[in-house]
Amino acid sequence: MAWSGRKNNVLPGFTPALGYTIFYLSLVVLIPLSALFFKTASLSWDAFVAAVTAPRVLASYRVTFGSSLAAALINAFFGVLVAWVLVRYRFPGKKLIDALVDLPFALPTAVAGITLASIYSQNGWLGRYLEPHGIKVAFTPLGIAVAMVFIGLPFVVRTVQPVLEELDQEIEEAASCLGANRWQTFRRVLLPTMLPAILTGFALSFARAVGEYGSIIFIAGNMPMVSEITPLLIITKLEQYDYAGATAIATVMLVVSFVMLLCINLLQKWSRRFAE
Amino acid sequence: MVGKGLNKKERKGATVTEPAWVRSLLIAIALAFLALFLLLPLAAVFSQALEKGWEAYLAALKEPDTISAIRLTLITAAVCVPLNLFFGIVAAWAIAKFSFPGKSFLITLIDLPFSVSPVVSGLIYVLIFGLQGWLGPWLQAHDIKIIFAVPGIILATIFVTFPFIARELIPLMESQGREEEEAALTLGANGLQTFFRVTFPNIKWGILYGVILCNARAMGEFGAVSVVSGHVRGSTNTIPLQVEILYNEYSYAAAFAVASLLALLALVTLAVKTVAEWKMQQTITAAETER
Repeated sequence: MAWSGRKNNVLPGFTPALGYTIFYLSLVVLIPLSALFFKTASLSWDAFVAAVTAPRVLASYRVTFGSSLAAALINAFFGVLVAWVLVRYRFPGKKLIDALVDLPFALPTAVAGITLASIYSQNGWLGRYLEPHGIKVAFTPLGIAVAMVFIGLPFVVRTVQPVLEELDQEIEEAASCLGANRWQTFRRVLLPTMLPAILTGFALSFARAVGEYGSIIFIAGNMPMVSEITPLLIITKLEQYDYAGATAIATVMLVVSFVMLLCINLLQKWSRRFAE
Repeated sequence: MVGKGLNKKERKGATVTEPAWVRSLLIAIALAFLALFLLLPLAAVFSQALEKGWEAYLAALKEPDTISAIRLTLITAAVCVPLNLFFGIVAAWAIAKFSFPGKSFLITLIDLPFSVSPVVSGLIYVLIFGLQGWLGPWLQAHDIKIIFAVPGIILATIFVTFPFIARELIPLMESQGREEEEAALTLGANGLQTFFRVTFPNIKWGILYGVILCNARAMGEFGAVSVVSGHVRGSTNTIPLQVEILYNEYSYAAAFAVASLLALLALVTLAVKTVAEWKMQQTITAAETER
């Protein structure tokens, strides 16, 4: 597409449209977010460091990031598998399954939370079979990971799926004609092509899990030092009117989100270049 | 053309698919995983909601607190969705139809609320409008309540649903280019006529797609709303917060009954979204064949 510059563009409304975009963006997103940094800046450096490195806070980072990493890895594996099956194979009910993959996007997190908690609790549909074998899911860090797998599930599928659809099968034929078996073709030819998309999906799923609150608190048990996630700790501090503490931890979370967003943007640029 | 159109069985020279047993195995694993993580929770919501029968189910939905929660949720969505829809269309017009420096940075900023934890999204409004916040003392002096009241809930919801429609429309409008609008203008249409007669028909399914996702999130948001709501029964509780309260009071059947409303909303959302996606694909294919 030939992008002529602004001057050659006859379409009306650029200035008011861009002006309103920037105005609304500032009002709704940028100014409120900046409040967090101003509030944090009013803390002394020592107070900030003390607030964000207290043992209970450090434990919550470990729980949050550890579970998010585990969940994102599980989603990366099964996401590729699901995308592969949806693109390459035919089976009854495929369209329905394909639509259902987005359920975690559409189902409110609180509903997901109470449902997962009830399924995996002692008397739940799965809990009653798992607990006799010593596998406790509800009210343990394992439950946190389960909730994170649920909410992150669509990301990998939806980033890998279009890449697989666009893939030209001629390269697979070529690999096969050159004597590669199917597994070698997958490992050496297909996987490297899908890699940027897999990493993007992994990062999206991880970022979502790190910030997630609603679906986790019902199944987590929320024991300080053991199964307390960072977003919950922010709320706990707020309820104790410890605004400074809540803000300091929230700033750490926000900086992590920014870094993740940056990584995801770079990954997406990389995959676009890869596709061309 | 993508290889999709060619029948795999007709290509005998090279192996481009797996043996039948591998295929069946992979399908089985994928379906088992999806059944475990998607179907089972979905079935559990409805099964638990109806555990005590239809009468109890309907009675739970007719509770005054539940009805007021439903009303508040509808009000919130009715304010947030149109605001973000207007923004989405305006932003997409500026970003997709014009080129200017800093465009990709602007898109990143629009995406920002997606990557912020819902809890942080609520907290920032507490920091501005809360008692200890920037505007807190002034608001209190004038007896205006925003935090722990309906305006706070609406603001937090606008924040979390901010990118939905814009990020749907930007790529769609970019893919359609400017030729059709330019033709309309050359033929003497004014700006608004061009938008409503030319641009709008091309993006209407994209708008529906964005609106339905924005609405689902607006009605279902929990974390951000939970921070700013104050959980006052019958006045500042949305449906998800009502679910939480009922659940924490151990009225499980009632909690799941209310939750089933949101699960139904999710299913409707998925259905509309699938149709909109299909229609968008049709519009794009039609446009491509015309060219």
